[in-house]
This record gives sequence, structure tokens and C-alpha cells, in this order.
Amino acid sequence: MVALDALDRRLIDAFQRDLPLCERPYAAMAEQLGVSEAAVLARLNRLDAEGVLSRVGPVFDHARAGASLLAAVAVPDAERDAAAAVINASPGVNHNYAREPQAREPQAREDLVREQRYNLWFVMTAADESQLTARLDALEAELGRPLLRLPMLEAFHIDLGFPIPWAELEGA
Amino acid sequence: MSVSTCPSEPRAAGALDALDRAIVLATQSGLPLVPDPWGAVGRSLGLDGDEVRSRMARMQEAGIIRRVAAVPNHYRLGYLANGMTVWNVDDAEVLRLGCEVARLPGVSHCYRRPRHLPDWPYNLFVMLHGRTRAEVERQAERLRERLGDACRDHRILYSSRILKKTGLRLAGRVDRQGGQR
Repeated sequence: MVALDALDRRLIDAFQRDLPLCERPYAAMAEQLGVSEAAVLARLNRLDAEGVLSRVGPVFDHARAGASLLAAVAVPDAERDAAAAVINASPGVNHNYAREPQAREPQAREDLVREQRYNLWFVMTAADESQLTARLDALEAELGRPLLRLPMLEAFHIDLGFPIPWAELEGA
Repeated sequence: MSVSTCPSEPRAAGALDALDRAIVLATQSGLPLVPDPWGAVGRSLGLDGDEVRSRMARMQEAGIIRRVAAVPNHYRLGYLANGMTVWNVDDAEVLRLGCEVARLPGVSHCYRRPRHLPDWPYNLFVMLHGRTRAEVERQAERLRERLGDACRDHRILYSSRILKKTGLRLAGRVDRQGGQR
């Protein structure tokens, strides 16, 4: 874990959900934190460069700025890297994770064998629904394997950040 | 906070015109870290800074922008384990329970998605973040308790490798960084 001082933490706590859309947003942040605008900019630059922040800017809703869909595909382990490369090269793919399932209940083993075929997970994006479908169909054909298509039906909680328990993280 | 999350009302996608799309393209990997970021974005597009800011405010109003924020990279903060947990929840209860479990600690996303029987019986997706897998499992245990008898089964899928992760990318973007963290 990167070493963060008290100001870094206050900055993240105060602005991970929202920063002011005013004329001089960094000056407004500085005022709230009781430091100079230059100090806020220096911090943001450092936290960005260190990768503590993934970015300072807008979080777009794929579904409203265009179309998107979570999908998964089952590939044998030996072919996984090759399939992942095909997925990554496919236009519109923006997250791609290898995932391993774990069975909690022993009686679920049989189900697990069937499900763990879904070992590559990714998000496909497009300008609109018809382009999204076309991209998924094209990727499905290229992979030669069916895609599990999991559109979002309802969002109960959508990445608005959550309070960071700094003290707990330090104990790790 | 202008976003209603429980549950979200499906809204029609706000129409983005060419200037909106240009602003999305120019800001999706981050705002310039200079005193006047709107002016800096505007100069690259031949727009006034105020125009950039008011269009972004309008996109936020329409829900196209969820938030403008200092977005933390949880992995770098020590959340080394992320588990995509998937739950098979009674359809009659899933809306009520989805709202409830979305508020539990460690939850970043909570969505209802369709089942694909017989292969895929899970209709509730909850992303959990913890320092360790043991912590994610404790979070999942709390979810399991909250869901009670309405939940027939669940799985935790850990990401074993991040193969690609970027923010939204609209088609046509020239990726100046050439790669992602």
C-alpha cells in the first residue's frame, strides 16, 4: 500500500464521490480543505501518478452514454490466454477479468463444474444497442464459443465510492 | 447526490450531440490538473470553458455522467481482493433485498441481471472489495445472512488476473497513453 498522509486521505474522503463543478474546482476543493489551490493540484498530480487515483474526472454511465453489457465465456485453461487476447483486441471491450469460482457448499460441486467454464469476464461497450449486439455477435463468431450475456436489469448501487476505513487498511 | 440508486429508474439515454461526444472523448481519461480545467478542455475543442462546464453539468443532470470525482484505485489503497459474488435470489424478493444488501460494507456495485437456465441461475450480482479473500468471504457471509431463505445458492468469483481495465471508451478515441494501469 502506498503511504498516504492525512491530507491525501481527507482529499480522497471528501472528493471520491463528487467534486464541485464550479469555475475553479481545485480552488474550491482547496478552500474546503484549508490549503492552497497549488497544494491541491500537486497532491492530485502525485496521487494520479502513483496510481492511487485512477483519474480525476467524470464517471460515465455506459448505459446512458451508449450501450454496454457484462459477458462471460467458457474456455479451457490451455486456451484462456489466446481467447483473452482475442477479447481484448475486440473493439468496445473495456474490462476483462479472468475469474475463478469457489464452491461454498460441497453439494454444489456438480454445478460448479458446469459454471466454472465461465472463466473470462468482460464488459462490451458500443454507441448503441444495435452496434453492441453486432460487436457481441462478431466476437462470439471469432471465439467460436457462446457468450453468456448479462445485461443490467436494475442498479441498486452503482460505484459511488464507499468510505475508506484508513485505520483498518493500515493494519493489513 | 443526484443519482437515485434504489432502484434506478430506467431513463432514456440522453441524446449526445457531436460536441457532447467530443467532451466525453476529451475527458474520459481525466480532467487536466490545471487551475482552469474547463478552459483547457475547451481550448482543445475550440469551445469556451463555460460551454464545457455547462454541457458537463447537463450530462450529469441527465445521468450520462454519474459523478465527477477523484476516483480512487481501490487496489492501490490495499483492497487486494475483489470478489464478484453472484446470488440466486427469489424473484419476488430480489428488488427489496437488492436495495438492502447494496448498503452493506465493502459493496461497490449491486445489480440485478437475467438468469440463463440451466447454466446460470444467478440473478443478483454484488461486487465486494476487501484486503484479503477472507475478508471478502466474511462480507459475503453477512450478505448470505441478510438474504436468508430467499437465497438458494451463491458463488464468489475472484478476479485472478486483470487482463484489461479502462474507463468508458467511445469509439474513435485516439489513446494517447497507449495503455492502461
